[in-house]
Amino acid sequence: MDPLAVGRWQFGITTVYHFFMVPLTLGLGMVVTFLYIRYLMTKKDEYKRMTKFWGKLYLINFAMGVATGLVQEFQFGMAWSEYSRFVGDVFGAPLAMEGMFAFFVESTFLGLWIFGWDRLKPKVHAFCLFMAVLGSWISAFFILVANSWMQHPVGVEMVDGRPRMTDIGAVIFNPTAWVTFPHVIFGAIQVAGGFLVGIAWYKLYRRRKDGIDSVKDGKVVIGDAGIGARDKTDYWVWWRSLRIGAIVGLIGFAGVGASGHLQAQLMIHEQPMKMAAAEAVCEDTTAFSVFTYMSPTASSCEDIHPVIEIPGVLSFLGHDNFDTKVPGIETLEPKYEEAFGSHLPNDEILGERAGQKINYVPPIFISYWGFRAMIGFGGIAALAHLYVLWFTRKKGTGTVPDSKLWSNTFIALIMAPFFGNAFGWIFTEMGRQPFVVVPNWEGDHAVKMFTAQAVSSGVDGYEILFSLITLGLIYGILMVVEVYLLKKYVKVGVAAAMPELVESPHDDEDKNTGSKRDVLEFAY
Amino acid sequence: MKTSFSFDIFANQPALPTLWFLIIGVFWVGYLILDTFDLGVGMLMSRFFARNEKERRLLLNTIGPLWDGNEVWLVTGGAAIFAAFPLWYASLFSALYIPLTLALVALIFRVVAIEYRGKKNDERWIKNWNIAIVLSSLFIALLVGALLALTTTGLPINAHQDRVGGPFVWATFPYIAFVLLGGLGLVGFSLAHGLAFIALKTDGEVRDRARTAFTKWVFVLVLPLVLWVLHMDFHGGNGFSWIFTVLAVIALVWAWISARGGREGRAFSGMALFVAFGTLAIFMALFPNVLPSTIDPAYSLTISNASGSEYTLGVMTWVGLGGLPFVLAYQTWTFWVFRKRLHVDHIPEAHDAYELAEMPNRTK
Repeated sequence: MDPLAVGRWQFGITTVYHFFMVPLTLGLGMVVTFLYIRYLMTKKDEYKRMTKFWGKLYLINFAMGVATGLVQEFQFGMAWSEYSRFVGDVFGAPLAMEGMFAFFVESTFLGLWIFGWDRLKPKVHAFCLFMAVLGSWISAFFILVANSWMQHPVGVEMVDGRPRMTDIGAVIFNPTAWVTFPHVIFGAIQVAGGFLVGIAWYKLYRRRKDGIDSVKDGKVVIGDAGIGARDKTDYWVWWRSLRIGAIVGLIGFAGVGASGHLQAQLMIHEQPMKMAAAEAVCEDTTAFSVFTYMSPTASSCEDIHPVIEIPGVLSFLGHDNFDTKVPGIETLEPKYEEAFGSHLPNDEILGERAGQKINYVPPIFISYWGFRAMIGFGGIAALAHLYVLWFTRKKGTGTVPDSKLWSNTFIALIMAPFFGNAFGWIFTEMGRQPFVVVPNWEGDHAVKMFTAQAVSSGVDGYEILFSLITLGLIYGILMVVEVYLLKKYVKVGVAAAMPELVESPHDDEDKNTGSKRDVLEFAY
Repeated sequence: MKTSFSFDIFANQPALPTLWFLIIGVFWVGYLILDTFDLGVGMLMSRFFARNEKERRLLLNTIGPLWDGNEVWLVTGGAAIFAAFPLWYASLFSALYIPLTLALVALIFRVVAIEYRGKKNDERWIKNWNIAIVLSSLFIALLVGALLALTTTGLPINAHQDRVGGPFVWATFPYIAFVLLGGLGLVGFSLAHGLAFIALKTDGEVRDRARTAFTKWVFVLVLPLVLWVLHMDFHGGNGFSWIFTVLAVIALVWAWISARGGREGRAFSGMALFVAFGTLAIFMALFPNVLPSTIDPAYSLTISNASGSEYTLGVMTWVGLGGLPFVLAYQTWTFWVFRKRLHVDHIPEAHDAYELAEMPNRTK
């Protein structure tokens, strides 16, 4: 069993899975903080309900994010010990900073927020939520500093065959990190927007379907179901959520586009081969490929057949003009071989890979289509949000159509930004192969590591296979559980997060808890 | 290695790696004081202690706002090892790949079980997640204890700092003895510390039951941990490790006397001091090794050959000095905010979200 192949699948699957929870945590956390502050400023009931409802979904998702994040902290040492040994002097620092400045803040203040309703003064309580969300953003920053160092190593010198950190400032202010961080954050904001839009649309649709709201002469007639907190305020909860969701989603998309453009301009210098693979460019060109035919296993230029191209556009993406040619794979391969060698070192640790010829072309099919899937999914979501923004332009005059198809469409569209995020990561991590640490053209070319060199030398392939199967199964089960719980809380709506809005199912509850509420606001 | 009573262990050792060895020790102290009581409470949610569903929920709510922050000590401790001693991180975690995978499974299940247990009012759902909380708490304590015991007593590490002997070498003699010693050491201590915490944080019958159980069982429960500390003392111990061992025993006796006298705050503090001194004793006896090789002492990972560069350790020192005071401040504040004792009567009736959807709106 080849530890390298299993190890790559193991890391890829656990990390992409983890990143389904992460953007929702980052984005929705900020939205809930905004809603809570709005509530404290306006004292409007619907904002409190929105805070509680979206906060509940935020927490259900947060738990899964934490659970799957634990794996990330340890698996560098487990399956990638050679990597950890090589980069440890520089890579461990941002991870430790993440723990120190983010994880403690996140977990402690979130506990205070969950259990602190009515125990803390509202402003202090809101501050706790803000800190928890800030913690998750700081966490994202440090982990992206670590990742960006792998994409573009800076601030080190080689000593005894390993990079030694010489400048922590250069590592933290790595330009790659500073364009990646906004890209990830705006991607997360778009995810949150789509989440609000899809669920709010569904809830408004249910109100119509259940006969609570109706439309008369093109205007909505808001009703009160009398049960389950589905009163008139409830309409406003979902209407406002729909509009806020669309605005948030569009802010996210705009930010993703702008930061992505900056990223591309860096990438073309730092990792020209990734750009060439993303566009499936063989010969130097200015043209952006709209459609290129290739088989999924395409590994060289012979397998690539451009069909539709727009001249000039790729040059704009990379260089902000229309005539600077972007280098293709055929130009780049000899340059890479000259700079970084044509064969892997004759190191016994590499086993049968020792001395092999290096293929500098990353998987072209995945790079090309991953890049397009990332943009495509983000774009589809943005179009939907643009429509919702237009659709909700007149305050309180409308509601969603009584159509299951429309409702299902918007529920399905929740996933679009998630997929955009996932494909973005798959593209950027696969696109840097065969490297795990991509060499810096302007730095010491010895500061690099091939993925083949990174896997644990003392670990058996079956060990990694064991964790791949175990974690894969558990992740699968937990995904079902999380989606089940999210669906349940969405179906019930605000009442699930605010039981105080409805009569108690237990006659004796007030007797028991009434006077002692101050001790325990929230009980598991 | 023989024991000694000398105090010159720090002579001729590099300053920053020594400091970071001590800081890693402090992280373990923090983790073992804080997370063990909530692991213990998790285990005590089994039918051996909790008599009914209300009691189980009472127990869960005593650790409700605290457990997640406590667990971060483990995660950040792991990251701190990576940053300060990357070669230790790489060798230890790859050597114990399978046990660590199981530990991660337990950690994952625990987070999810605690959060999702109350999200559906259904007997089977609650029962299954409860089992998940009990077992995951047990296995986290067992596996983390085993991992810590093996890094302090040694593994078959070769010249390349990789494990030899296959994925299950930890399950062979003599390693399995230390797996059990450390594993049971942490499980037993967690139970005792959990009982002390429950006695401190609850009121009524549960409080009395916890205190009685604590005074009755504490010495049995901490026995494996004490044996582990003594093993370290007799193999490579020194003046510091012996002093901390004596202090640990004094703290333990003080905790027991306090619990008998109904002073639950002191009993809990005594247990915290016991594990703090015990951990420091272990780390003092381990010094300057971080992962001894059982094949050849020359292959052992030490603070000198496993540490990061002087520059990195310097940067990390500022990170630690800048961050830790804040961490301690706001975690202390959390304990203060949620300082009140809980009683089963405080636990509201459980209801399912679907029930709420059918209830009439409350009129203002």
